Amino acid sequence: MAKSAWPAMGDRTVLGSRVSRLDGPIKTTGAAKYAYDQKLDGMLYGRFLIAPYAHGKIKSIDVSAAEAMKGVEVVQIIRNVGDEFLYAGDAIAALAATSEELAVDALDAIKVEYEILEHQMDDTTVDNVSGRVRTSEDGDVAAGFAEADIVHEGHYGVSPITHCCLESHGQVCEFKDGELWVWPSTQNVSGYADGLTKSSGLEASKIHVDCQVMGGGFGSKFGADQWGNVCTELAKAAGKPVKLMLERDQELMTAGARPSAHADVKVGLKKDGTITAWESNAWGSGGTGGAGRLQLPYVFGAIPNSKVGQGTIRTNRGSQRAWRAPGHPQSCLITMSALEDAAAEAGIDPLEFFKKNLDKLDVRLPNAENVYIEELDIAADLIGYKDKAHPRGDKTSGPIKRGLGMSMHTWGGAGHPSNADVVINPDGSVAVNCATQDLGTGARTALSIVVAETLGIPMDSVQANIGNNTLPPDNPSGGSTTIGGISSSSRDAATNALNAMFAKVASGLGVAADQLEARGGNVQEIGKPDNSMTWKKACALLGSNPIKGTGAKPTSDGTKLDNSQVGGCQMADVSVDIETGVVTINEMVAVQDIGTIINLKCAESQVHGALIMGVTYALYEEAIYDPITGKMLNADMEFYRLAGHADVGKLTVHMMQTEEHYSRGVIGLGEPPVISPGAAISNAVANAIGVRVPTLPLTPDRVLAALA
Amino acid sequence: MPTDEKKPPGSGFSRRNFLKTIGAGAAATGLVREVADTAVVEAASDVQGPGEISITLNINGKSEKVSVEPRVTLLDALRNRLDHTGSKKVCDRGTCGACTILIDGQPAYSCSMLAVEAEGRKITTVEGLGTPEQLSALQESFIEHDAQQCGFCTPGFIVAGTALLNTNPNPTADDVNEALGGNLCRCGTYSGMVPAIMEAAKAMKGGA
Repeated sequence: MAKSAWPAMGDRTVLGSRVSRLDGPIKTTGAAKYAYDQKLDGMLYGRFLIAPYAHGKIKSIDVSAAEAMKGVEVVQIIRNVGDEFLYAGDAIAALAATSEELAVDALDAIKVEYEILEHQMDDTTVDNVSGRVRTSEDGDVAAGFAEADIVHEGHYGVSPITHCCLESHGQVCEFKDGELWVWPSTQNVSGYADGLTKSSGLEASKIHVDCQVMGGGFGSKFGADQWGNVCTELAKAAGKPVKLMLERDQELMTAGARPSAHADVKVGLKKDGTITAWESNAWGSGGTGGAGRLQLPYVFGAIPNSKVGQGTIRTNRGSQRAWRAPGHPQSCLITMSALEDAAAEAGIDPLEFFKKNLDKLDVRLPNAENVYIEELDIAADLIGYKDKAHPRGDKTSGPIKRGLGMSMHTWGGAGHPSNADVVINPDGSVAVNCATQDLGTGARTALSIVVAETLGIPMDSVQANIGNNTLPPDNPSGGSTTIGGISSSSRDAATNALNAMFAKVASGLGVAADQLEARGGNVQEIGKPDNSMTWKKACALLGSNPIKGTGAKPTSDGTKLDNSQVGGCQMADVSVDIETGVVTINEMVAVQDIGTIINLKCAESQVHGALIMGVTYALYEEAIYDPITGKMLNADMEFYRLAGHADVGKLTVHMMQTEEHYSRGVIGLGEPPVISPGAAISNAVANAIGVRVPTLPLTPDRVLAALA
Repeated sequence: MPTDEKKPPGSGFSRRNFLKTIGAGAAATGLVREVADTAVVEAASDVQGPGEISITLNINGKSEKVSVEPRVTLLDALRNRLDHTGSKKVCDRGTCGACTILIDGQPAYSCSMLAVEAEGRKITTVEGLGTPEQLSALQESFIEHDAQQCGFCTPGFIVAGTALLNTNPNPTADDVNEALGGNLCRCGTYSGMVPAIMEAAKAMKGGA
C-alpha cells in the first residue's frame, strides 16, 4: 500500500529536480490569457474617475453629459454629494463604454466640484503618531544600558513602496443565463466569488471564477475589491460583459502599498560586542489603513533588557496591503542596521559580532544558532568575506568606495489548508485538480511533479488543472503557504488514487493490494520488478471508468508533509560613488534555508526574484507623495522605479538542501529571501562610505546627504 | 526638424512640406495664421479622423483590416480591436517594454505609436515568433533557464531578445543587458535571461 510520506531523498525520481515550468510555452509565446487579455463579444470597457485631491468631499457631481454620450452605457456614482474621500486616487465614479477611448472622453465629461479638506502626508516624524502606542518591556532596560560600554543611538527608516504588479488589478465579467462568469487577476481563486455575492445578487455557487495565469500579486490581490464589485455592477446594469482593469496611476495609488517604518533605536554593547540592551521607538504609516506590526528587535528578539514601542501615523495615502513578508523587511532593516552600527562603533567585525550574539535569537526555528552559523559561514565563503572585509569606511583613494554588509531573516511558511483530487483514467492518463493559483511560483508544475513522483509515471502523463473555482478548493496564496499546501493535498490525493487502483489490479499480479508499488512506469510487487505490469496495462484493468482519489492538507492518513520555520542570510558587496551618491550592486549572496524542495528550478527562481525585488526596494522604488498637494508624484513606471536588467549585479544563490533539510517537509519560499536585501545592502553601503544612510531606498540624494 | 523626408504611410501630408509652405519669414508676419489655415485646408482631403477610419495592418505576415480612431495606439489596436494580446499593457507610456513589438524588424513600444502610423509597415508581435507547439529557440531557452515567473513581462523580453539576436548573433552579456534595458520585470526574472539569450544564440548557429 502506498503511503503519503515523501520518498527517501535517494529514492526520488522527479521530486526536487530542475523541472521547467509547464506554462512556459504559453507564457513565452503570448498565448497565455490573463484577465487583462480576456475579450468577450460585445464587451464594454470600464474606467474609474479618481479623486485628484488627498482629502475632500464631493460638493457636486454631474454625470449627465457622460451619460448622454453615444456608446457610454452605464455611469455609476461611487462618491455622492457630501461623501468624503481620503486619498488621491480614491474612486469617485465609474463608467462602461464601448471603447477605451470613449470611456476616457466620458470621464472628462463628468463634472465634479470638490471641497478640499486638510490632509496629512508626513510619516517621517514621530510627532504625527496618533492613537495607541503599543509598548512592551523585558528585563531591566536602565541596568542594561548602565552595563554597556558603548551606547549607540540612531534613526532608521523604510519608505512606503507599492506592489506595482505588472498586470494591474481588475477583472472581466459577464452575466449569462442568470449566472456570473468572472476572469479576475487574483491570488485567491477559491475565495474570490464570495466577494461578489452582494454586487452580483447571486450565491457564490452561481459565480464561476477562472484565473489560469495572473500577472503578479505579492500580497495585494486577495479579494474581489472595489474594482471587482464595480465591474460586476456595471456589467449587471449594462447587460453586457465588462472589463475593468486599473490604470497604472490608479494601480500605484490605490491597489496596495507596504507600510513605511521608522524607528529611533538605542543599543547597548559591551566592549567585546555582547549586546546588553535595546530600546526602540518605532512608527509607520499604512496610509488610511493600519501600519502593520513590526518585530523589534528582529531575529535577535531575546536581547536582554529591551523596551519597544510602536505607533501609527495615519496618512492620506491608499491603504496598505500585505506586501511579501509583511513587517519583516522593515523590522530587519531597522534591527540589522542598528546592530551593525553599534558593532562598528565598538570596532568589531560584523560577522564576528552577529555570530557572537546568536545566543539572543528569538526564532521558532529549531537549532537556530547552528543554522545561522552554518549559513553565515557559507555566505562569507561565497562572497569572499575574508579577502574583502574591512572596518567601516573604505580608506582607499578615489571616489568609488566598496563595502560588504550582511543580514539574517526568518519566516514560517507552513502549508495552507488545501484540497485536491487525482483522476487516473483507463488510458493511463492522469489529471490532478486543485483550485489553486499560479502567481509565478510554478504551482501547476509543482502539482504535476508531486503526482508523477507518487504514481511513478512521467510528468507528461499528468495534466494539472488549476485556476478555476469548480475544482477542489485551495486557500489563497499568501505567506508562502501555497507549495506546502498543494504538495500535501496532491500527494495525499495521488496516494489515495493509487491505492484504489492497487485494489483493482492486485489480483492481476497475484498479490495483495498492500504489496504493490508504482515505480518507473510500472505497477509491481514491492521490490520485485519481475512481477510487474506497465502503468498503461494496469490502468486498462480499471474498466471503462476512471478512478479518483481525493486528498487534502491535512492529509487523510495524518502524515505531515509540510513544516515551517526557516532561517537564511544574505550578504551584499556594493560600490558607492561618493561624488554622485550612486550605489552599484557588485554581488548579492543568498544562503536560503528550506525544507523539502519540490522543483529546484522554480525554487531558485524564487530566491533570485526576491533578491532582485530586494535590490529594487533597497535602491530605487519609493511612493513619493507631495506634502503640499497630497498627490503621488510618481504614479507611473518612469519615476516609480524598478531595477532593470543591468542594475542587479551578480546574484549568487545557495539553497540549503541536505538530507536533514529535505527530511523536514515542504516549507514555503516566497517571502524569506525578500526580507534581508534592504538590510544587507544598507549595511554594505555604511561599510563602504563610513556613515549610515538612514532611510531606504538609498537614492543618490540620501547618500550624498548622509555624506555631507 | 526631422530629417527623414519619408511621409507617414497612408497620409498625403508631410510636416516638412507644410513647414516649407509657411516659410521662415512668414512666421514673423500676420500671414502665419492665414497661410497655415490654407495649408490645412489643402491637406484636409488627406487628413483622416477624428472618427474611426479603416486601416490595414501587416501583422505577423498577414494583412488585417481594422477600424480605429487616429488617436488609438498600436497596442490598443492590437489588443482591443484585434486579438493579439501577447503584447501587454502595463505602463502605457513607453517605460516598461511589456508591449514591445518589432516594426520592420526593429523593436518598438507599441503603446507609444499610433495604429495609423504602423500602416504599411511590417509588424511582428510575440505571437509571430513562435507558438506553444512550435517554440522559437529563444522561447525554448527562456523556459529552460526559467527566465519568467508570472509571465506578464515575458513577451516583451522575448521580442526585445529576438531583435537583438536578429542583428547580433554573438551577443556578449553587456549586449544583452543593453538590449533588454528597455524592459522591466517585477517578479525579478532577469537572472535567467543572459544565459537564455546566449544559449539561444548558440542553438540558432547550430541550426543554421
